[in-house]
Amino acid sequence: MSDDVRNDGYDDWLDALEGDQAFYLECTAGHGSLPPRRVCPECGSGELSETPLPTAGELDTFTVTHVPTPAFADDAPYVTGIVDFGPVRVTGRVLELDPDEIEPGLTVEATVIETDTTGERLVGFRPR
Amino acid sequence: MSEVRVAGVGLTSFGASPNRTGRDLFAEAADSAFEDADVSRTDVEIVRYGNFMGELAEHQGHQGPLMAEAAGVSAPATRYESACASSATAIRDAVVSIRNGESDVCLVGGAERMTHLGTAGATEALAIAADDLWEVRAGVTFPGAYGLMATAYFDQFGGGREDLAHVAVKNHVHALENEKAQYQREISVEDVLEAPAVSEPLGLYDSCPISDGAAALVLVSDEYAETHDLAAPVAITGSGQGGDRMALHDREHLARSPAADDAAAEAYEDADITADDVAAAEVHDCFTIAEVLAIESLGIVDRGEGIAAARDGYTTVDGPVPVNLSGGLKAKGHPVGATGASQLVELTHLLEGHHPHSDAIDGDTVVAHNAGGTVASCVVHVLEVVA
Repeated sequence: MSDDVRNDGYDDWLDALEGDQAFYLECTAGHGSLPPRRVCPECGSGELSETPLPTAGELDTFTVTHVPTPAFADDAPYVTGIVDFGPVRVTGRVLELDPDEIEPGLTVEATVIETDTTGERLVGFRPR
Repeated sequence: MSEVRVAGVGLTSFGASPNRTGRDLFAEAADSAFEDADVSRTDVEIVRYGNFMGELAEHQGHQGPLMAEAAGVSAPATRYESACASSATAIRDAVVSIRNGESDVCLVGGAERMTHLGTAGATEALAIAADDLWEVRAGVTFPGAYGLMATAYFDQFGGGREDLAHVAVKNHVHALENEKAQYQREISVEDVLEAPAVSEPLGLYDSCPISDGAAALVLVSDEYAETHDLAAPVAITGSGQGGDRMALHDREHLARSPAADDAAAEAYEDADITADDVAAAEVHDCFTIAEVLAIESLGIVDRGEGIAAARDGYTTVDGPVPVNLSGGLKAKGHPVGATGASQLVELTHLLEGHHPHSDAIDGDTVVAHNAGGTVASCVVHVLEVVA
């Protein structure tokens, strides 16, 4: 896929995060999910609304990747984490900390960064 | 309902054969399976074949008819793609077809050509089994995804890298007499702990290798086996499939594999067995932590106890329930699309008494666990000696 083609929903979400308007999709039953969605992946509800994403999240787990795909060749080693924001979890790059300073339970906030290798956008997590 | 018998099995050597095409690999495995089965190719009614990265690795889609042709079979053929669970998924559909009476003879299996891609290329190809938008673009590789699961497991249940190292050491020991295995050499716990990091906490020796290879089985109905006087004592008596959310971060548990729980429950009920009946298992140890999650899902050990099973000798060749007597993906190799079928090849040898470790098992019920992605897909099969 050409790099200049947008992925509607996903890129809109990154735009929102960059503009401090981060959101998740919430169905009428309260399930959270990330776009693009037409229905809730948990219950199939078609009534989804954009609800503000909590600012602070908790790091559930992380890994330090030394052997990357070519798109991350100049980024490695890097720390990837899964962060629990309550209604949704998000995967992204853990920033600013050495790996030995990181442990599950760390409080972070989400931001948008670019990879060193390709300049593509991705989610980053800064400690709070 | 017809019973599904394993009439013949075939396997290529697993390892690096970068210049061999996928079609040549599968042709060799199928040829061995037909020779073993003593079944005429003209009797085959369907071909069910698993392959994951053919488009990326060989610029080849539509592999079903290509592989039927390579195997010398003229029959409708479908290629199944379910990441690393591709060939078990293909086999499951053949099992259903035979049981329903839709067919009596099926050629099943899978193949993958990977090593010519190199480490970076294979890493990129394997990563497409993850969610491209929400995982791959965040830098998640396959070892990375299992590294995330390993950290979560240690956090929730305890244990550490040394416990995982025992899984790798065990599987290398099991492969010593497996002539088809990619690695027939022992490694030590120290070797594992000192190996270069891939995606911490996982290192190079926590990870299965990149491999080329193929596996094939000829499956027949019990009526066909009887009519043709085939020696086919091993039956596939249970089959189950489980699914889960695609991205790891969308799972309820980051250190469990519920899709495997579901696949095992369905397969055990289908075969009318319990976990206590399992004498041995081939499980999807793409990374050491994956074997831990697999044996917990299969009920071989309780939740949270999988981490100690290899270290404590519970799953070693001398233990009560040996796991991955072939060497597993870790030492036998992991040509992705062939792996699920190769597990059934190994288990058939084990039950028929042709396996180097046939004497190690106490019982005639064994299971195979083949997982796709970070276990968003899983297929479990039960094999038993029935005659």
